[in-house]
This record gives sequence, C-alpha cells and structure tokens, in this order.
Amino acid sequence: MSTHETTYIGAVMEAIDQEMARDERVLLLGQSVGGRPDDPFVQRYGENRVRVTPISETAEIGMAVGAALAGMRPVVDATMAEFLLVAMDQVVNEGNRFHHMSGGRVRVPMVLKAGYGFTAGWAGQHTGSIYGMFMGVPGLKVALPSTPADAKGLMATAIRDDNPVLFLHHYLLTLDRGEVPDGEHLVPFGQAVIRRPGADVTLVATGWTVPMALAAAATLAADGIEAEVIDPRTIAPLDTATVLASVRRTGRLVLVDQATRHASVAAVLAAEVAEAGFDALRAPIVQVTGLDAGIAYSRPMEEHVLPDEAKVVAAVRRVVEHSGTRV
Amino acid sequence: MTDPAFDPRGLAPDRLVELYRQMVRIREFEERVKRTFAEHPGVIRGHTHLADGAEASIVGSVAALRPGDQLTATYRCHGYPIALGSDTAAMMAEIYGRATGTCGGYGGSMHLCDPERGFLGTSGIVGQGIPHATGAAWAAQIRGDRDVVLGFFGDGASKQGAFHESLNIAALWKLPVVYVLENNSFSAGVRTEQEDANAAAGEPLATKAKAYSMPGVTVDGGDPLAVYDALSAAVARARAGEGPTLVESRVYRLSAHGNSIAPPGVPLHYPEHEAISRFGAVEEYEAAKRGDPVPRFRAALVAAGVLGDAPARSIAADAAEEMQHAVDTALAAPFPEPAAALEHVYAEAPA
Repeated sequence: MSTHETTYIGAVMEAIDQEMARDERVLLLGQSVGGRPDDPFVQRYGENRVRVTPISETAEIGMAVGAALAGMRPVVDATMAEFLLVAMDQVVNEGNRFHHMSGGRVRVPMVLKAGYGFTAGWAGQHTGSIYGMFMGVPGLKVALPSTPADAKGLMATAIRDDNPVLFLHHYLLTLDRGEVPDGEHLVPFGQAVIRRPGADVTLVATGWTVPMALAAAATLAADGIEAEVIDPRTIAPLDTATVLASVRRTGRLVLVDQATRHASVAAVLAAEVAEAGFDALRAPIVQVTGLDAGIAYSRPMEEHVLPDEAKVVAAVRRVVEHSGTRV
Repeated sequence: MTDPAFDPRGLAPDRLVELYRQMVRIREFEERVKRTFAEHPGVIRGHTHLADGAEASIVGSVAALRPGDQLTATYRCHGYPIALGSDTAAMMAEIYGRATGTCGGYGGSMHLCDPERGFLGTSGIVGQGIPHATGAAWAAQIRGDRDVVLGFFGDGASKQGAFHESLNIAALWKLPVVYVLENNSFSAGVRTEQEDANAAAGEPLATKAKAYSMPGVTVDGGDPLAVYDALSAAVARARAGEGPTLVESRVYRLSAHGNSIAPPGVPLHYPEHEAISRFGAVEEYEAAKRGDPVPRFRAALVAAGVLGDAPARSIAADAAEEMQHAVDTALAAPFPEPAAALEHVYAEAPA
C-alpha cells in the first residue's frame, strides 16, 4: 500500500474530497465551508454541493437531516464540538431517531464534523472533550481519530455509513503529520486497534491521549513494564471485546481520557471490564481523566486538570505495585 | 353549477369530490382514534394529537403537489398520509402498536411516515421538523428536478429558532420549500396572542415572512379550495426556482391538544378543548364547531351542484366501512416481538 505524508486535518479533508468525487450525493456545508469562488471544494464540486451557511447550527444540522432523508449524504462542518450544543435536539433527538422510529423505512446518512479538546488557552467554552454526551445516544455513531491515517479512514467510513456519525477531530492533533494511505482508505467502525503490544498492563486512550499513552509506555518500558496501548477509534460503537481480551492477558487496566471523569469513555470501559472481566483483574482499574472542573484560561491551571504522561506513568506504577510481582 | 359564487379554482368536479372524500376519510379515521380510548381502553398508549378542523387545510395543501414532491410534518400527523394515499389499516395498526403498523410499531401516532409517497417523517419536538423540510428542499434544488417540499407545522413552532433559521436560509438560497403554518389559535393550551408578537399586535402570523424577504400569505384554512389556491401559487413559485413562501392557514382545532397525560394504569381520554377548559370561551368554541370545514365543504359542493346527497352519503358510508376495517384489523394484528426493539438502531449497509 503506497502512502504519503500529510497532516491530521489534511487527511480529514482528503477523505471528504475523495468521497465527494466518488459520490455526487455527498454534500458539504458549514459556517467556514466554501463561500468564495476560489475555494478548492467549490471549484471541484460547485456551489450547489459546497455551501457556506449562516451561524445557524439548528438549521445547518436539521437541514442535513432533511437532505439525508431525501437521499443526500451531507457532511456538516460544525467547526467546534461546543457549537453542536446550540443544536442539541438535532444532534441527539432527530436524525439519529428516524431510522428506528420509522421501523427502518428511512435512513439518515450524515456526518457532523467538529473539533474538540482545544486546551490551548481557549478557556471554558471551546475546550471540552464532550463526547460523553453523545456516546450513549442510540442511533448516533461517534468517531475519535488519533492519527492522520485514521482521520482519513474514519471520515471516509463515516460518509459511507447510513447513519448519523459524529466525527470529532482533536484540535491539538490538527497539524500532526503522519503517513496516510493513498487513494481509498476505509477504517471500520467498532474495531479498536492495538497501537503497542504489551503483557503487563492495558492502557486505553482516545484522540490526543493516544500519543500520550504511547509516550508513557515507552517510559515504562525502560523500567521493564510493558504496556499494551489500545485505541478504540470509535466510541459508538465501542469495541469492548478487544479491551477485555487484552485485560485477560495483562490483568491490569489503566484508562486515559481527556474528558471529565464522570462523562468519559474511561468510565464506560471501567464499568464494562469490572462487570465482564472482574476475574481477570489483578488490581483495581485506574482512570486518568480530566479533573471535574471547567478548563481555566491560564496555562498552569489548564494543565493541572488534564491528563499528562507523568500522570499515566504514575497510574501504571500504582496498579503494577498493587498487584505485586509481575508474572 | 347552481351556486354562482362557487369558485372551483380550476378543479374538475371529480377532483372536488375527491378532496371532500379525503376530508371525510381523515375525519373518520381520527374519530375512530378518539373512540378507541373509550371503546378499547389501553389499546392506545402515550400521546395522540388530532387534526380535526384542519382537514381542509391538509387536503388543499396536498392537492397542490405532484408525484416526487415531499413533505414533513409534526406529531399531529394522521391527515397527511391519508391525503397521500397511505394504507389506513396500517396506520391504525401503528397507533395500536402492532407489528403490521406503518412503522412496525416503532413510531406510533406521533411518528408516521410514508417515504414512498413523499412523506419523509415527523419531529415530535415543536419546530424541529422545519429544518428537515428545508434540507429536503436543498436536496431537491441540487437534484434539479423541480420537486417541491412542504413543511407543515403549527403556530407555536413559529416561535422556535429552528423556524427563523430555516426561513432565513431558504430565502437566501431560494429553496423550493413552502412553509405551511397551520395556525389553530393555540400553542397547546396557550392562546396565540399570549405568545406571539404579531398576534398580540393584531397582525397575521404570515407577517413573519417579511423578516426573511419572502411572500407571506394568510388563507382561510377551513376552505380547501382557498388553501389549494394559495398553495398552488406558492408551489409554482418554488418550482420555478423563485424560493420559499410562508402560508399561514387559519384553522381551528376542534379537539383538545391531545389525549390526557397520565401514568400507566390510568385510562386515557380526550379532555375538553382548552378554549373551554382554560378560557371558558364556550361560544367561541361552539362557533368553531358550527364552522366545521367538513360539513361546510359538503354544503358548498352540494350548493354548487357538484355533489349530490346520495354520493355524499356513500362517501360517508365508505369511510365508515374503511375505518371500521382499520380498527378491526389493527385490533386483531399481532404485537411486535419484544426483541425487535433492538432492530433498526443503526441502519445496516444495503445488501
């Protein structure tokens, strides 16, 4: 498979571009989409399919629902995840309900693309890792890519999916570079990937915390602790089987998550593993999550509430020590 | 024509009679829904909303459409699919929660749809279906096939942000959509003039169209031909690519907002109309009953010599028979398998 190097956000747009070229039903709309004749998407796909919108989230997302009901496959660039909250009904109580409410008679294939987790001095209202609000909503799928290749592959899969998909790209990864497959690249939903194998402890991380967990694993490896790092990639559907299988090998689980503790993927996975994998655990599950506070503007306070590599390393040492000598 | 004042608006006699037949069928269907609460307690769960009083508006609107056109509606949604030709037995089965229902028992009274006939679905949340109609109109504009979308909603919905955001974009993009605001004078139990600045100022709700530089018209929603006329002009404008219209159709809901709301085990019923229960406006409500659009249109057609007494009786008898069949078959129909609740959560890729 031939690849090329590009940025995380470039990979997202590459997938949208390829899907728009492949299927003329794919549309792109949003407040920062097109809007000028020299926009490359406008030039390639025309102003009918690429439309700048007013600052009207309810209409943008609701119109995507309507266009999808009528056979199109719209992608809404909602810019920031928090802007979805303006239109919460349309995100969690309209398009995602229609297939079920109709007994399968209608489909709503649409993508909501939004950035999240912009913990770079954006203070309280533009920095949240708010996917916990969406991951338990029936009918809605949620993707959290952590690499440029997955950003491309998950977006392409999202556009081809026949359901509403919330595609959340992490702002702090925006300019990260990586190898991305040329041409068609599809990453399946509901299939976690093991980013690094390891026998001593299972680390599960999403988005921006994946490179953090990998860095922690490298640090721990110098001390002889081998961490297995798992990236779920989509949190709805959520691949709990891969996590459980790993915990059965390692006996230890540390969950890393940027979201606040009680609205995180970590909390959900902790419950699933406690229920289905209790007998395999040799130590309590530990969650390294965002602290239960808003994100303060000033850097020391912002950093204080976020997970970081040192917190992950410390958590892993704690579970390893708790369970005594490693096998 | 024996009544010189009667204007058929270009419709042939058989189409006029057909409009009346659809009004009678809608009324009879909803009468049977209402009667079910007394005759078969417990068969209908949750919340139903009747469109009695709005039949003329519904059939006059739908008559302005052609195949390929589409519509969205609200939880008060029984009338549109009947006007579009949906199977009333399957609709009743849906309202009775049966596997043979329009939507397999997943949606119930508030969430009927019939995508093959252009009825894309409903939102049960006030105003939130308006952007769906707008988006379907965007899809039609992209297809370029001159199809038009009707978005039905009530007066209460016109205070939602979804309404204002949608009208702005539809006018800006010249989308082929007609917004049909069925003003039944009440937002649930609140009078329109209590919650609408235009109404409080004595102006029609269609005034809101001015804010979005689109035509706004107010029409007597009790007259199917007036509605047909207004909708035909708006649909023609949309089809020609000239953009949306806001049509305020003045109707008077003849039943309460919905059936009673109660915990399981408490029998449900249709309470007294809010005009009486909340405002003591007995004469207002009685006047509305006297203006009931179904007998009113029958009288107009009879006076115009379009409809005889015998055909009118036969239309009523046919509708009664059809809806009796709908009730009987729905009562006899099987419930869904419990585990079917987990189907259709996600749409699977087509094989």
